[in-house]
Amino acid sequence: MTEATTEAPEGGSSGLAVYTIGLALAVLLTATSFWVANTSLLWGPGIALGLAVLAIAQMGVHLVFFLHITTAPDNTNNVLALAFGLLVVFLVVAGALWIMGDLSSMMPMHHHH
Amino acid sequence: MNIAVEIRDVAPQALSSVANAGPAPKRIVVGYGFWIFLLSDIVMFAALFAAYAVLVNATAGGPAGSQLFDQRNVAIETACLLLSSYTCGLMSLAASSRRRGAFYLAAVLTFVLGAAFLALEIREFADMVVRGATPQSSAFLSAFFTLVGCHGLHVTVGLLWLVVMMAQVAAKGFRASVGRRLLCFSLFWHALDIIWVALFSVVYLMGVSP
Repeated sequence: MTEATTEAPEGGSSGLAVYTIGLALAVLLTATSFWVANTSLLWGPGIALGLAVLAIAQMGVHLVFFLHITTAPDNTNNVLALAFGLLVVFLVVAGALWIMGDLSSMMPMHHHH
Repeated sequence: MNIAVEIRDVAPQALSSVANAGPAPKRIVVGYGFWIFLLSDIVMFAALFAAYAVLVNATAGGPAGSQLFDQRNVAIETACLLLSSYTCGLMSLAASSRRRGAFYLAAVLTFVLGAAFLALEIREFADMVVRGATPQSSAFLSAFFTLVGCHGLHVTVGLLWLVVMMAQVAAKGFRASVGRRLLCFSLFWHALDIIWVALFSVVYLMGVSP
């Protein structure tokens, strides 16, 4: 995580290239997301899933090119912490949706949509 | 098993670098600690996202997202924040090679782009309130203002922090302690952009797509 920003000698053109590649990929993925949300060419029910995949891909790009999370050995602690964080995020979001979805399907009063 | 082996491999290096006690190991420890804080912040946002996803259809007869959100505005906000993440990266590079002029230029650009994002968000909120879509009008809007407003508050704090960092560089120069704070700031700013990616995808784009 600290690699590219720590070492002064590395800060030259290679650091700039990393940020620029990251920006280009992020712009590409963002533009694709906005296109996917607005086009009529794609199958409607698949759009939400497509947007989720594009968002996760872009978060990965930001982690690697902007936050410099890598698989290098000196980065193991950062990656392990990230993995644990993602596990908690997954449990919170998926658990809440699962339980609350179950709950509302068992309540005949509530029929939003 | 693999994980255990990895930790055992890393531990001796970490110990030896702590024993050397130069500025570099401290920088790594500070970065790691701040990374843990950022992950806890992301977990908090996950809870807000979960609340939003559960409540998104609970509009209580009021307006839904598709009637409220302006995609053009969101696209400009996204561009501002993404470019400010890039200029923040350039700021880190300038700081690590101790180029003052480039540092100030990148810091000011980062600030202006972040402030533009915030202005657009405040204008969007004000427009919604004028149209009667207040946080009190439905569970959906409560969740929306909490989630997006919390990100906006983070950006506000980030802008204040950036001003403090510019003042510190002006007063103290690129000394090690200032460098560590700049590292934490850049991690914070990039993490906010990551949260915004989830926000514009889940709240705005999924909200307006049919």
